Amino acid sequence: MSVTPTANSYRNMPDERGHFGQFGGRYVAETLMPLILDLEREYSAAKADPAFKAEFDDLLEHYVGRPSPLYFAPRLTEYFGGAEVWFKREELNHTGAHKINNCIGQILLAIRMGKKRIIAETGAGQHGVATATVCARFGLPCVIYMGAVDVARQQPNVFRMKLLGAEVVPVQSGAKTLKDAMNEAMRDWVANVHDTFYIIGTAAGPHPYPELVRDFQSVIGKEARAQMLGRTGALPDLLIAAVGGGSNAIGLFHPFLDDPAVAMIGVEAAGHGIETGQHAASLTGGKPGILHGNKTYLLQDEDGQITEAHSISAGLDYPGIGPEHSWLHESGRVKYLPITDAEALEAFQLCCKLEGIIPALESAHALAALPKLAPQMDKDKRILVNVSGRGDKDIFTVAEHLGVKL
Amino acid sequence: MSRFDRAFSRGPALVCFVTAGDPTLEATPAILDALVEGGADVIELGMPFTDPMADGPAIQAANLRSLGAGTTTADIFHIAARFREKHPEVPLVLMGYANPMTIRGPEWFAAECRKAGVDGVICVDIPPEEDPELGPALRAAKVALIRLATPTTDAARLPAVLDGSSGFLYYVSVAGITGLQQAAQASIEDAVTRLKSATRLPVAVGFGVRTPEQAAAIARVADGVVVGSVLVDLVGQHGADAPGPVRELTSALAQAVHGARKSA
Repeated sequence: MSVTPTANSYRNMPDERGHFGQFGGRYVAETLMPLILDLEREYSAAKADPAFKAEFDDLLEHYVGRPSPLYFAPRLTEYFGGAEVWFKREELNHTGAHKINNCIGQILLAIRMGKKRIIAETGAGQHGVATATVCARFGLPCVIYMGAVDVARQQPNVFRMKLLGAEVVPVQSGAKTLKDAMNEAMRDWVANVHDTFYIIGTAAGPHPYPELVRDFQSVIGKEARAQMLGRTGALPDLLIAAVGGGSNAIGLFHPFLDDPAVAMIGVEAAGHGIETGQHAASLTGGKPGILHGNKTYLLQDEDGQITEAHSISAGLDYPGIGPEHSWLHESGRVKYLPITDAEALEAFQLCCKLEGIIPALESAHALAALPKLAPQMDKDKRILVNVSGRGDKDIFTVAEHLGVKL
Repeated sequence: MSRFDRAFSRGPALVCFVTAGDPTLEATPAILDALVEGGADVIELGMPFTDPMADGPAIQAANLRSLGAGTTTADIFHIAARFREKHPEVPLVLMGYANPMTIRGPEWFAAECRKAGVDGVICVDIPPEEDPELGPALRAAKVALIRLATPTTDAARLPAVLDGSSGFLYYVSVAGITGLQQAAQASIEDAVTRLKSATRLPVAVGFGVRTPEQAAAIARVADGVVVGSVLVDLVGQHGADAPGPVRELTSALAQAVHGARKSA
């Protein structure tokens, strides 16, 4: 076939209107539209500016602690008895997760645009902590919207944000979780559009957010690609990452999308099980719709009312997914696998005991795909799992589920 | 001549918003009747959505009351059809968010609007850039697409907003959500002058209008005044007994707005 490499690429999305096939786009109120267009222009200029890239890279190295290690997990490999298991150690970043990569990029954009105030939404509090961190570092006031239910169940992160100087606003509307925090952040944004920059925490929202969050997070995949080649002389055979909004997954996957020999699996949170309806698996259990500025797979009823998501992991507890994942799902390039709360809890404990690493519950979902895949693969194959965050924040949740009183 | 043309030809028009199915499906028809009896010239019927991102506390609460009472999209079209039968001359607009409007496809939604006698649609989160999502289907079904202009819609952008707009132009007078502060009168006057020099569509001004005095001031410069949250608050307070208080407030607002016809 005489197809040009560009036309054949999975890496040239979105189009100039911010669409990934039928997904993505800019479904925002008119008040926000001029700002969204400004952001798009400013991001294009920043991408072409060597000084922007130099500052981003410098902060990632000296402030975040990159590159994050690539780690061979010998005991998990032995335990499953099949393919080699490797970890990308994003949990070793400053603030304990991949979220900070994106926050560094976005706050540099905010400063470039002359914005004086930062807002963000958060679920588990990881993105809120990362945002509060960069706001402290750059001396900008910061307001974090967090569902009141999440505020109650994530007290350590709430206190961290406050220590870092952020104002945490508990959101009382809806189910008082991540979706409602995002609604409230958008309400703040629309009222303060002249001076406020919204640091969205995942690869979702109106264009250009899904693109720029992916680009900032792609440092994960770029490093991993070079590290695997350097250590093993080959690319990994399979990548696995958990998907809520999907920023750690797209960050790992994107640099590998045009390597046909590399298979990829995004893990969705199946909660109590897809059949119970209590889950957060938008691709497996939802259908395309429009919410929070983009068209993507959503959990919804037949009238298009959004239904509540459920996951043991507050970071995956969202009824949508980034639009590029919806497109990669429909194109078949990436497969998506649902993992239940119970499976994630088991993988969480296994990783603690066999590797001495306490993973975030989000990352435990990715690890829980291993027993389904690793034993069936030959010993000369390699699986790379993105350990997107550390699990210190989750020990209270895990203790509760294991019936342990702390 | 369309119902919109007639409604705006008499001088400044009062546009009233309530949420469909708030507090119950059964209550809405009588509330709509009260708006018309009170003197509303155009009715905006809100389609409830689980995630009303552009709305303040009053309309958020109305959305929850309605959805909590089990309102479906089919119910809203029943209410619309009944309204059309009872009030053949009063323009009816559906206002809401993209997902409930497009979930069965834009053609389905436009055809239902046409069948129920809905004159126009306001979709908060479909800007001109995403017009293909809804605009072509509405135009083919001869249902007006009423776009929003805001304080951030500058001169460079306004033509894109006007292109494909019909019915009237809704000027959102504050950058923000529904039901909170009102814009300064001077800034409203400047904006309306700017918009009217760019379009022949009637310009209605809304967001934060709560009293007959505010409505009268706007009516002196604009073609229409949109009132929503204060009516929705009354429905929230009085529930099924809302028609009386709603009629009373509408009547005071209508007097104020229509009074500007003579003084103009």
